[in-house]
Amino acid sequence: MPVIKIDGVDYEVEAGKNLLEAALGLGLNLPYFCWHPAMGSIGACRQCAVVQYLDEESEQAGRGRIVMGCMTPVTDGAIFSLGGDKATQFREAIVESLMLNHPHDCPVCAEGGECHLQDMTVMVGHRDRHYRGRKNTHRNQYLGPLIHHEMNRCITCYRCTRYYRDYAGGTDLAAMAAHDHVYFGRHQEGILQSEFAGNLVEVCPTGVFTDKTLVHDYTRKWDLQSAPSVCTGCAVGCNTLAGERYGRLKRIHNRFNAEVNGYFLCDRGRFGAGFVNNEQRLEYPGLRQADGRFDALSHYHALQHLQQLCTGGKLAGIGSPRASLEANFLLRTLVGADNFAPGFADAEQPLVNTALALQQHTAAVTPDIRSIESADTVLILGEDVTNTAPRIALALRQSVRNKAYEMAAGLRLETWQDAAIRNLAQDQRSPLYIASVADTRLDDVAADRRSLAPQDIACLGQAVAGIIAGDAGATIAPELQQLAQEIGSALSGAQRPLIVSGTGCGSAAVMQAAASVADALCAGGKQAMLCLAVPEANSLGQALLCAADAPDLNQLQQRAASGEVDTLVVLENDLYRRGSQAQIDALLGAFKQVVVLDGMDNATTSAANLALPAASFVESEGTLVSLEGRAQRHFQVFLPAEERQPAWSWLLACLHDLERPEALALQHLDDITRACADAIPALAGITAAAPDHLFRNVGVKVPRQTHRYSGRTAMHADVSVHEPKQPADEESALAFTMEGLNRAQPGSLLPYVWSPGWNSNQSLHKFQAEVGGHLKGGTAGVRLLQPGSTGARPVATAEPFQAASGSWQLVPRQRIFGSDELSALSPGIAELVQPGFIELRAADAAALGVSEGDGVEVEVGDQLARLEVRINDTMAAGCAGFSSGHSGCGNLEALAQANLRRAQGWQRRTPQLIGSDAASGGAHD
Amino acid sequence: MSLELPGQDRPLTRNVREDRRPTDLGAYEANGGYQGLRSAMGKLSPADCLQILKDSNLRGRGGAGFPTGMKWSFVPMDDSPGHKYLICNADEMEPGTFKDRLLLECDPHQLIEGMILSAYTIQADVAYIFIRAEYHKAAQLLREAIAACKEKGYLGNNILGTDYSLEMHVHASAGRYICGEETALISSLEGKRANPRAKPPFPQVSGLWGRPTIVNNVETLCNVHHIIERGADWFQSLGLTDDAGTKMYGVSGRVKNPGCWELPMGTPVREIIEEYAGGMADGYQLRGFLPGGGSTDFLTTQHLDLAMDYDTIGKAGSRMGTGTMIILDDKTCPVGFVKNLMEFFARESCGFCTPCRDGLPWSAQVLDDIEGGRGLPEDMDTLARQVTYIGAMGNTHCALAPGAMEPLQSALKYFREDFERHLNGGGCPYCDGGTA
Repeated sequence: MPVIKIDGVDYEVEAGKNLLEAALGLGLNLPYFCWHPAMGSIGACRQCAVVQYLDEESEQAGRGRIVMGCMTPVTDGAIFSLGGDKATQFREAIVESLMLNHPHDCPVCAEGGECHLQDMTVMVGHRDRHYRGRKNTHRNQYLGPLIHHEMNRCITCYRCTRYYRDYAGGTDLAAMAAHDHVYFGRHQEGILQSEFAGNLVEVCPTGVFTDKTLVHDYTRKWDLQSAPSVCTGCAVGCNTLAGERYGRLKRIHNRFNAEVNGYFLCDRGRFGAGFVNNEQRLEYPGLRQADGRFDALSHYHALQHLQQLCTGGKLAGIGSPRASLEANFLLRTLVGADNFAPGFADAEQPLVNTALALQQHTAAVTPDIRSIESADTVLILGEDVTNTAPRIALALRQSVRNKAYEMAAGLRLETWQDAAIRNLAQDQRSPLYIASVADTRLDDVAADRRSLAPQDIACLGQAVAGIIAGDAGATIAPELQQLAQEIGSALSGAQRPLIVSGTGCGSAAVMQAAASVADALCAGGKQAMLCLAVPEANSLGQALLCAADAPDLNQLQQRAASGEVDTLVVLENDLYRRGSQAQIDALLGAFKQVVVLDGMDNATTSAANLALPAASFVESEGTLVSLEGRAQRHFQVFLPAEERQPAWSWLLACLHDLERPEALALQHLDDITRACADAIPALAGITAAAPDHLFRNVGVKVPRQTHRYSGRTAMHADVSVHEPKQPADEESALAFTMEGLNRAQPGSLLPYVWSPGWNSNQSLHKFQAEVGGHLKGGTAGVRLLQPGSTGARPVATAEPFQAASGSWQLVPRQRIFGSDELSALSPGIAELVQPGFIELRAADAAALGVSEGDGVEVEVGDQLARLEVRINDTMAAGCAGFSSGHSGCGNLEALAQANLRRAQGWQRRTPQLIGSDAASGGAHD
Repeated sequence: MSLELPGQDRPLTRNVREDRRPTDLGAYEANGGYQGLRSAMGKLSPADCLQILKDSNLRGRGGAGFPTGMKWSFVPMDDSPGHKYLICNADEMEPGTFKDRLLLECDPHQLIEGMILSAYTIQADVAYIFIRAEYHKAAQLLREAIAACKEKGYLGNNILGTDYSLEMHVHASAGRYICGEETALISSLEGKRANPRAKPPFPQVSGLWGRPTIVNNVETLCNVHHIIERGADWFQSLGLTDDAGTKMYGVSGRVKNPGCWELPMGTPVREIIEEYAGGMADGYQLRGFLPGGGSTDFLTTQHLDLAMDYDTIGKAGSRMGTGTMIILDDKTCPVGFVKNLMEFFARESCGFCTPCRDGLPWSAQVLDDIEGGRGLPEDMDTLARQVTYIGAMGNTHCALAPGAMEPLQSALKYFREDFERHLNGGGCPYCDGGTA
């Protein structure tokens, strides 16, 4: 490792780094703006200037030259000065230049208090302004319901467009104009189109791009009470920092996890937790009266009723793939494993079980996000990753750059030389092949994408597996044979091949084919990776918790009809999203009593006899298992209001009331976690997901409140002028106070990032072992899946799809905004959710006599749906795509054969203005 | 503009007609045109050509004066597949500079012949002429000339029956000064923002579309076929000093005969101003001059006897730049002169790096205040700080901002009393009945 000298001190640093990374990694303070650990260097802001000396002689003589830390590789023997006059004066001049046009609006700026520009200004010591001219001003743009734009604050570091365009592949945000008029925005006002636009909030070093929901319901960073959380928007399990004030969830920030989400979240994750503040949340337990109305109950009475129902009834339970393992485990304990359904839709349950079984029985590695980014050849079968596991799609977009890094190595360019590498490689990418039912958002970086029916995707995959294995493989249409050959040889020639699939297109055969390709590669000596997406935050955990033969909804209904069970407890699950109205009506109608624990007032809670308000994921602890089999703990950010209780807490109280022996020893969430780990061998590792509630960080707890948390007395002064005692947290090593130590704790217990002089999220590097590397306290979460033998795994095959004339195969189309239940109830995202529609090829639409915006009736068996038509010529032949999980589409089943006909009396929707567009009139929102 | 015709060998302008009408292919060939190409193709290897270029000591005429042969020697000459590019930088926007225009408009084939041989030397298969959009007449002439060459077999596949092929395109710039910076030019040609690129990697290994690329100025490329045809020794013999060849020199400002002339490299400044430009206009005295365009340091009357070559002018504290002088006379305010230039450079900043984007408008604002009588004594310190802050190469992303500071830093040195008169007298002594 090279040794460099900085201000007279020798340091050993890692080769291949630039000086800025190295200096920050050494704990030194060197200001910067345009460099970003995930995006590398371009040398635009000139803020990280240091003095470099040719040799010791010139060092002594003070004859050095200014170089940019971010553009200077560390080489053995190099001599630098960070603190010398020349460099410090230069860095101060840079900030003074940046401040020429920057408004002095910190008191009213949403970034104030966590602004990197503020920090750097203080760090360089700039105080007195010499510039006497006028400041430039800009018009702001309406950029959609999620992101607020305030261009006057821009310091032109180019991070936004580098992130948005170069990193995330967006096209509708750009640098415009030149000299000191450079403007970052859209060509015209409108909603930012990237699914990852929200990261601009954290990428922007000042207040140009801010979180619009936070701006409209504002709290300073120092006043937020925060805890480490896990996103429940999909199965990726991105780590988040959730912040609360006044009992409201104010915002979600990224919580760095090198193996799960790195520095970035998707917009569903960042803006999709607003449902926590939704007015449809249940506040009190409700007991249905004879007239159908609910009476509010106290906690005590609610438990009494619950105990009565459980004592008298023959119990069955439906768990939830969006609830924690602990809550599901307690419900399973309450009703017995035999009568516990995991809570999937009937068609979904075997799919998730297949996804799990394939990963348990493959020689391939289940990759983390870094491995995905390192893949040099990728095959995606059937999955629209951007809409089902968005953060993975962002990682896949980076994987295609490995070709560029390879080329760069040939010129001895380091990976952080971002602009140089992009200029060198231009549009040359590592191969990424996609077979999907229609277009996807990764098509722009794909070497090839084919629209195929799920059955044909499976056949293509099996053919590729056959080609890799060197045997005949599946029969396949001649026009696909050449593609299969190309994919097969690309994968065979790759160093780190990755196969991606999932439950998204509703076909087990597609996932099976993906696993076959991965296994064929492994058999040939490759270390292949297999990534299978599942739908929800704890889908995989639920599959691990329940046996593969656990009852599904239909079986529970039959048991209820036969009188085997008569009382149903539903945990955090709106069953009307899991089956058709008729099916769920029949299911619930088959039981005498229905108890529902959920947070939201939805169709299922409305059908309950007893409804219990469950705390949301930010008001409770729990363990979730992500799609890569990583068990992760989320923590209570704030105490639930009114009679809301974590679901596990309701269930534990009920078990205690029932004096059930297996629950007597359970007091804390940790006890439940341990009991679950003991009971289910596959979940044995989950206790290691995070330290238990007895953990102390150097003898003290980890504070949820910052050291500058203000107004603890004033906050409740309208109620009482006496400051209430801060609540104690019996369930975790975190505390609801400012007291404690937020430093050097295990990575899973990081409630916020903050370091002296570094008030913004850029302080993260102070918590990392090296810049961009793992957290000092270790990476959060624990992996449960290990590569296993390929024997004893399910086999699902498919025959080539035959398009039928006059009917269409329904294929699900996933949407980042709308396909997920809870995020769609968050205010910003609700504005972006479109009503369900059906996608047809133009020729199919013409045959039906409809055009874009017309309605069609979709008939499957005795179900009928009326949906708006969208023309999409990329749909696979013979297939029609419906918006999965959307209103109006809820009863449609993937891969069902449907009859379509023009809907009579259809009212075409007029082009609709999105709410905030109309309200704000656009600019200056 | 006027063309004096001195008696010595003047290869670059030999086809420039008195009436400035362009030399067409027939006339060009009649005067020995494309003989260099014919004699080289098939007889000289690319390595031979490169050696001749190196021996000739030709230095880049765009302003930096980098040895052309050495620049080309960094182009990888292995047989790896993919394009290599030659780009002619005809984006002539340096204030006070109009030398390339003369060559482009009067003798387009000279450039094309030079480019073919240059491209052959580095084995480029595609060449671009990146031309300033305002030079629409030249662009049209070049397009016609290229079409004529294709018909004649000078361009296209299997040039003159050899296995060497070259395509040539004319690209009209969208018009930013920064496009004259070679890497910004490449960005612009790729359809991107005209931002310069960090070096390394140099364009010779990763340039246009990431491929090996050479960018040279019009005048540089015009020399190439003459050198190949007539040899390095001949070229060396043309210069009066150590620098070789002839040079297109120009003078603008209040002289009797502003214009552009091809003269031996190293012709003394005084000779250029007094003999060719006819001396100062009546009633004006010379106070100083920018030797090579708007981004070079002032020199003054004490430097009149210096030879105009790269090293001599460099040692005097300025740069020969493009070799086209701008004269400052005694009736023109040096502060206003510098402010005018500073506003130009501030406007032409690409906006990429902080010192240039925000520092140049800041400097322009201070100069505007001083010129307008609103200056404060501490402004002199501010300007001095700006010169150190922005003026050093390496402090900024490219050479634009350091170049922009050159007139200011030398004005502070040579015309400091003018600044102080502005500050003390409450405004510009040269304007509105001033007392200069």
